[in-house]
Amino acid sequence: MGRLIWGLSGMLMASLAHAAEYNMPVGVTEISREVHGLHMLIFYVCCAIGAAVFGVMIYSIIAHRKSVHPKPADFHESIKVEIAWTVLPFVILIAMAIPAAGTLIKMEDTSDAEITIKITGYQWKWHYEYMDEGVSFFSNLDAKSNVARQLDSGINPADVPNYLLEVDEPLVLPIGKKVRLLLTSNDVIHAWWVPQLATKKDAVPGYINQLWTKIDEPGIYRGQCAELCGRDHGFMPVVVRAVQPEEYERWIAERGGKIGGDTEAAPVEVASAAEAAPVASNEPEELTRDQLMAEGEKVYKNYCSACHQADGSGMAAANFPPLTGSQVANGPVDAHIDMVLQGKNAMAAFAYLKDREIAAVVTYERNALGNAAGDVVQPAQIAARR
Amino acid sequence: MSEHHDSHHDDHGPEKGIMRWIKTTNHKDLGTLYLWFAFIMFFIGGVMSLIIRLELFSPGLQWVNPEFFNSMTTMHALIMIFGGVMPAFTGLANWMVPMMVGASDLALPRVNNWGFWILPFAFTLLLSTLFMGGGGPASGWTMYPPLVLQTGDAFPYMIFAIHLMGISSITGAINVIVTILNMRAPGMTLLKMPLFVWSWLITAYLLIATMPVLAGAVTMLLTDKYFGTSFFTAAGGGDPVMFQHIFWFFGHPEVYILILPAFGVVSTIIPTFARKTLFGYDSMVYAMASIAFLSFIVWAHHMFTVGMPLAGELFFMFATMLIAVPTGVKVFNWVATMWRGSMTFETPMLFALGFVFLFTLGGFSGLMLAIAPADFQYHDSYFVVAHFHYVLVPGAVFSIIAAIYYWLPKWTGHMYNESLGKLHFWLSAIAINLTFFPQHFAGLAGMPRRIPDYAVQFTDWNVISSVGAFFFFISQFIMAYNWIVNCVMRKGAAAPARVWEGAHGLEWTVPSPAPYHTFETPPVISESEITAVHDEPSAQPSRA
Repeated sequence: MGRLIWGLSGMLMASLAHAAEYNMPVGVTEISREVHGLHMLIFYVCCAIGAAVFGVMIYSIIAHRKSVHPKPADFHESIKVEIAWTVLPFVILIAMAIPAAGTLIKMEDTSDAEITIKITGYQWKWHYEYMDEGVSFFSNLDAKSNVARQLDSGINPADVPNYLLEVDEPLVLPIGKKVRLLLTSNDVIHAWWVPQLATKKDAVPGYINQLWTKIDEPGIYRGQCAELCGRDHGFMPVVVRAVQPEEYERWIAERGGKIGGDTEAAPVEVASAAEAAPVASNEPEELTRDQLMAEGEKVYKNYCSACHQADGSGMAAANFPPLTGSQVANGPVDAHIDMVLQGKNAMAAFAYLKDREIAAVVTYERNALGNAAGDVVQPAQIAARR
Repeated sequence: MSEHHDSHHDDHGPEKGIMRWIKTTNHKDLGTLYLWFAFIMFFIGGVMSLIIRLELFSPGLQWVNPEFFNSMTTMHALIMIFGGVMPAFTGLANWMVPMMVGASDLALPRVNNWGFWILPFAFTLLLSTLFMGGGGPASGWTMYPPLVLQTGDAFPYMIFAIHLMGISSITGAINVIVTILNMRAPGMTLLKMPLFVWSWLITAYLLIATMPVLAGAVTMLLTDKYFGTSFFTAAGGGDPVMFQHIFWFFGHPEVYILILPAFGVVSTIIPTFARKTLFGYDSMVYAMASIAFLSFIVWAHHMFTVGMPLAGELFFMFATMLIAVPTGVKVFNWVATMWRGSMTFETPMLFALGFVFLFTLGGFSGLMLAIAPADFQYHDSYFVVAHFHYVLVPGAVFSIIAAIYYWLPKWTGHMYNESLGKLHFWLSAIAINLTFFPQHFAGLAGMPRRIPDYAVQFTDWNVISSVGAFFFFISQFIMAYNWIVNCVMRKGAAAPARVWEGAHGLEWTVPSPAPYHTFETPPVISESEITAVHDEPSAQPSRA
């Protein structure tokens, strides 16, 4: 029986090995290579033990069946044998535990980091904040994947580049520098995982967890949220773009940040939804209806359409109400703003968005998606309702 | 007067009609009810797994929305664990523990009736949530806050259903312990008990120790949600990680609750078909006791990524690795039992051997998961899904199937069809490996668990896995046909009292089908029915 199973799985492996990844990646950090080494070591230990145990078992099944071995032996106890097969595995385990403990101790040593980034999990996106450089932004599932992943979208995921593993704004890290990652969450527990870096840790509300990495090679490394965090758990990828330090410095400068850390300066928000907008501050400002509608559409797509759908029709099966013709989007504007700021039931509170973004999206929801309330909401009104 | 008395005696058979089953306090009736209940739950949970596998057959969302997918993974787990495996083992204990120790019934028959009849209500509550606004619970069976606190109307139903399941498990456990400790026939000393009885004695203690912990944890969730407490809410000074510690303090012993009775079953079946006494009886008992003890000090290996201090991670890694020692001892003892035996391969033996092979594979991946640095990569990936399904399906579920093939002729007096049984085994063994082996690869390649849709590079593994799952599900209809038609409806050949040539134990000394009441007076146990043989000067029966 065992042979048949092994034969089958062997055949499967051979036929599929060309088509799919089947092992843990070696990765691009010293730690990831060590972890991969431990993984392969324990795997080979298991293979050796398995070969011995299953070998004896299969031999016994063949040689000690009743038709060839009609008279069973009568032994049933041996203290010596029991001690041997208690002590031997114990020794093997100690041999495994020593290198494992060594790697673990290295992984937990977050001291002497050159760059510190705070990662905050949200339902369902990541927020990155370069603590000393004054750069921060949200990282969402990219628009192409987001459209394709809707139920019955009619789009073949194979036609979408990096389906479900692409974001609008990746985390940019310099190679060769020790980066400390501080993890927390704004709502439920998430987990930040990049297999190529062998980094996985939970982002827990009320906690700040630590991770570190030091990437050796430039490249784009993709991962996903690993802790069930609700409906769109499968749709909050992690993408890290590792670049040369000079390119990293240029990138920080483009973002209006400052290497080396002038922590006195107010952090500059670079919200992905407002790429086109000039560097935004939280100063109340007057915007035209067209500006609000254009920005509102982007914000809506990023934050609202997953539940309320791109056309505002909602999702009855999941209890997500339509916005088209809804009382909130067509009734008093303050109630609408409060809904966005505070959330309700399954809907998260979006108070972390900027006044400008909330003003834009409320304006958009009231004047698009089949609604025509007609009013325009300015950032100052949002500031007043907070 | 005496006539009346005589006719009363004739009534000692079961009552007629539906009230027999509702009012019964007979351990055999209740065992049957438990097993039927588990059978139905396995079917419902199986359909849920097929919905999961259907959606995962190809990338993109084709069939269900993500929220429903999450409620399927959650409900599948709750139903399979609390509705399938646990009641099935309790059903086996109901049937077999009194017969194996020579007792007339379980010690607390009315409690036994109550313990069973709680379950249909518990699962009606749980399943009804699928029809509520907001759908069923969708936060995973582990119910981690704060996510679980976002559950809609289903929330209190889930909590109360879990309370009821816990009460049912505790009543069953108390009954097993009291029966084993107080009602053994003369001569049935503790270290002469069949290993299935030992496995259940230890399991029952685990249940009593951990079910109240789960009840406490879910009650705290309930008050967090409805009464403004903040046990697990960081914003109110609570601690979401504390829930995980409490949950897994229940949850890790729970996984041994799901596997120790399986050890007992396999330790019963292999000696029968190897026609050789179980090797290392005492070490088997001590190994189970060690596993039970260790199960209380390894819980945080489910939480390596939660952000523990280094010392905690090291402790839980070492303690977890240690479990491989007693588990290894058990596997080595089974192999030594087979060694130089005289084996035949009837269906129960096939499933028991399948258990040893495939459970051991699950044990290997468990050992890999114990290595904390590597666990950071495995954690919450499909590698974990493959691991625990290997120990639960070809582990726990195969042992349940083996046990039913083994004892069903004793219960019903009729044999199942051996050819169909063997066909069922081979189809199941192939299908289960098709289903779960590729999940190791998907997980290692980076596929997280509990996702309704995945990146296209994971497609191949998921296709194989889905095909295997449907194949496995369909194969079980062969089993259902074989059991129901040949045994329950009595179309199969009549079974002798000692159904298997190499079987020893008190259950084989009563006729088949086993009479409604057995061992109303304690039996005199002949040495040849003692399945535990020690190299002591007194007892050394030869078993040819």
